[in-house]
Amino acid sequence: MSDIADRVKKIVVEHLGVDEDKVTETASFIDDLGADSLDTVELVMAFEEEFGIEIPDDAAEKIQTFGDAVKFISEAV
Amino acid sequence: MFDLTGKCALVTGASGGIGAETARALHKAGAKVALSGTRVAPLEALAAELGEGAFVCPANLSDAESVEALPKAATAAMGALDILVNNAGITRDNLFMRMSDEEWQSVIDVNLTASFRLMRGVLRGMMKARWGRIVSISSIVGATGNPGQGNYAAAKAGLVGMSKSLAYEVASRGITVNCVAPGFIATAMTDKLNDEQKGKILTQIPAAKMGTPADIAAAVLYLASPEAGYVTGTTLHVNGGMAMI
Repeated sequence: MSDIADRVKKIVVEHLGVDEDKVTETASFIDDLGADSLDTVELVMAFEEEFGIEIPDDAAEKIQTFGDAVKFISEAV
Repeated sequence: MFDLTGKCALVTGASGGIGAETARALHKAGAKVALSGTRVAPLEALAAELGEGAFVCPANLSDAESVEALPKAATAAMGALDILVNNAGITRDNLFMRMSDEEWQSVIDVNLTASFRLMRGVLRGMMKARWGRIVSISSIVGATGNPGQGNYAAAKAGLVGMSKSLAYEVASRGITVNCVAPGFIATAMTDKLNDEQKGKILTQIPAAKMGTPADIAAAVLYLASPEAGYVTGTTLHVNGGMAMI
């Protein structure tokens, strides 16, 4: 697993309080990991900070799974 | 009584009577305060009076860019932003049939839209800190209406609905969002009333006197305090019994 995926996973695990093995490529933050809509906003904020990037709102809306997040961030950094 | 040591508060309209007194109360309780307003001279005078931990952050709330920049400037000055007091307000009174679009819009822009933008601007820091206090100064006329103040009443009622909506969204993050609704308070805004108008108003106030800015400041101080952490989405009416709602 790439370094970016590791760092994203760490944020997700810490923020949502889920087991690491639940955070799979296709795991949906809301449907599978128990996030509410405000959690997803906070996750995006945490990603922006961790990676020093800006994630615009329209892009943030499309980040629904762990895989989506890793893909977007890998392309943005 | 309430201790705000280590907290940082932004007060808009701090050059006015209620805003200045609110800033004094928060500062006295130990908070750093960022004083905002359009007129720089009274803000600087107030900052000088308060001394350490008071900062001047001028802004024109009718200008979107100026509003967006304000939370950043206040955070830069104080190091954080834990408490937002949306106090700034203007009136452009006119009878409904004579009210221009400009009179309507300018009051909505400053009293409602600027508060929305400031609330949005301060949320990120408060969410991260898992602590925040947003207090907006509404008005008794937002609940009761007032002839000649259709624009003002709409904006002040709007603050209440907006605050309740945000209160829902962020309650689980330790952020409370409330309003204080003053009745008739002796300030420059109510000085515009003539003696006959004032006399008429006094007959409607069970306390038989106008309120003071300190009465409002005390209510804001309470809602900003750690002790009020379980109070959110409410409107605290401070009106001498004029409207018991």
